[in-house]
Amino acid sequence: MNEAQGAAMIEIRDVHKWFGDFHVLKNINLTVAKGERIVICGPSGSGKSTLIRCINRLEAHQQGNIIVDGIELTDNLKQIDAIRSEVGMVFQDFNLFPHLTVLENLVLAPHLVRRMPRAEAEEIAMNYLGRVRIPDQANKYPGQLSGGQQQRVAIARSLCMSPKIMLFDEVTSALDPEMVKEVLDVMIGLADEGMTMLVVTHEMGFARTVANRVIFMDLGQIIEENEPRAFFEAPQHERTRNFLEQILSH
Amino acid sequence: MAVETTDDRVRNTSFVFWSSSKYRTKFYEVLVLGLLFASLYWIINNVVTNLNRLGIRTGFGFLKQEAGFDIGQTLVTYNEASSYGSAVLVALLNTVLMSLLAIVFATIIGFVVGVSRLSSNWLLSRAATAYVEIFRNMPLLLQIFFWYFAVLRALPVPRQSIAFFDTIYINNRGIYAPSPVFEPGFGIVIAALVMALGVAIALRRWARVRQSRTGQPFPVLVTSLIIIIGLLLVSAAVAGFPLSWQVPALKGFNYTGGFSVIPELVAMVVALSIYHASFVAEIVRGGVLSVRRGQVEAARAMGLRPGQIMREVIVPQALRVIIPPLSNQYLNLAKSSALAAAIAYPDLMHVLGGAVLAQTGQPIEVMTIVMGTYLAISLLIALFMNWYNRRSSLVER
Ligand SMILES: Nc1ncnc2c1ncn2[C@@H]1O[C@H](COP(=O)(O)OP(=O)(O)O)[C@@H](O)[C@H]1O
Ligand SMILES: [Mg+2]
Repeated sequence: MNEAQGAAMIEIRDVHKWFGDFHVLKNINLTVAKGERIVICGPSGSGKSTLIRCINRLEAHQQGNIIVDGIELTDNLKQIDAIRSEVGMVFQDFNLFPHLTVLENLVLAPHLVRRMPRAEAEEIAMNYLGRVRIPDQANKYPGQLSGGQQQRVAIARSLCMSPKIMLFDEVTSALDPEMVKEVLDVMIGLADEGMTMLVVTHEMGFARTVANRVIFMDLGQIIEENEPRAFFEAPQHERTRNFLEQILSH
Repeated sequence: MAVETTDDRVRNTSFVFWSSSKYRTKFYEVLVLGLLFASLYWIINNVVTNLNRLGIRTGFGFLKQEAGFDIGQTLVTYNEASSYGSAVLVALLNTVLMSLLAIVFATIIGFVVGVSRLSSNWLLSRAATAYVEIFRNMPLLLQIFFWYFAVLRALPVPRQSIAFFDTIYINNRGIYAPSPVFEPGFGIVIAALVMALGVAIALRRWARVRQSRTGQPFPVLVTSLIIIIGLLLVSAAVAGFPLSWQVPALKGFNYTGGFSVIPELVAMVVALSIYHASFVAEIVRGGVLSVRRGQVEAARAMGLRPGQIMREVIVPQALRVIIPPLSNQYLNLAKSSALAAAIAYPDLMHVLGGAVLAQTGQPIEVMTIVMGTYLAISLLIALFMNWYNRRSSLVER
């Protein structure tokens, strides 16, 4: 694909995964170059979450290879730890730690995983809170913030580990409509800075403007993969057309 | 009612008083409390008058009189010539000892079983489930009888005691173990121990500050253990090992010398611990399950190790859910310890509800003491747990 953009950050080769008897990922092949922004869409239950959760080993694949920044994901715990500290992940329901303040949420991993002095970690945290435009909420608890603010904190928390790759799993799906934009704006900012991003979302406007490539998944398979313009204007497959009709009709 | 305007105002004010739910509630509260106190006064007055007419003594004067009976386990000096007051103290201490030991063991067993139930190891989680279902579904009194009559009283007589290394003996009269005898010079060892503990505490604080400043963790536990054991050995060597053991020996019908525990205490502590641990296990399991899966996933995604996730994410959130029902369980345990009377362990219930009651013939006073004491124990537990709860849930959600 876009080999011009640089070396492969993520390489997924012939990957299969089963949940018991259920074949959830079927022969997935995907190469993501450095700085590339990929949007993944598809009907609910098609395996989008499972696929990106395999990239930081929240789920283990059973067949094929996944290589992240030159490190292959196996059962080797050291390699898993190494990959996890390079890959940030943001979830649909934020998953902030409710017993820690916003600042403590941000400092936890850099301090304990990167062994960064607390003062330095706090400085970096405040810097990222500024970038997601909520530095004044640093000493509040997550429960005191709105959904949009919590999701921005969650993004800042991932960024504090200075990841090379960011995974987003339907991060705007749990938000009230008026808060979607503030979160998408932060993600657009990240894209502008050249972050490698895999974004599961149904925000087609975001896909059109930000993505280098859009991937459509159904029943555990990658059905179609194209740059956004072609993807939206001339979908090749029947299933993609049906899906886009459904999603764009409202 | 003559002039419309003023009349309306008057009616309005009285209407406001009765319609204000605040005043109405207060009024009923005062009324109920008044009636309660009036009836209490009436009952007590009646009882005292009747007792006086029958020539039955009243008051707590008996506490200073000689009790005249012996008690099988005394944590403070007590003999037949001691007062009823001393007997109450001995009984109270026996209740406290039994309850405290059982609370500690029930907590430890409960946490282990509760966490095991959540284990992905099939055998372990099934064993833990079996434990919970067996012990919480049988009457506590039955379990006390089981441990006392079927296990401990069924042990051999002293002459055929089960012996471990010829120093520890177990028979149907109790457990006998060597007791330490401190010889001159032991003070040095104690001083060394105090010093080592001080160093360990300072080390912990230093390590915390250092990690906060540099991010580097320090193996506090291992280093502290080495320091403590090292200092203890060195000081003991310097003082010429100033400690010897008094080993129990068979004299007449039983072992004397050394340290002994009566079977009634063992039965009570074992039964209370095992029974209440099954409830603690469920409380712990519920607490851990209350931490949402996403919390652990987010922590894993950031690269935290399993131990760190446990310490920083799961435990602080689970504790908030665990502590309130856990305090409740401790209160239950302390109260259910009164079942000790059934196997004649000399606790509050047995001593006061038995010998003291029978000899003084003053049920009202004796029962007042017993009730007051249990109430005080419960309140102390509740106060401590409330304090701990506040401390661990200071932060908001
Ligand atoms: N831990 C699991 N165990 C069993 N089945 C699962 C598990 N997680 C997801 N699945 C199933 O795998 C399929 C794909 O799930 P998911 O990747 O979450 O889909 P998507 O994110 O596209 O909605 C679904 O049918 C889901 O029910
Ligand atoms: Mg999903």
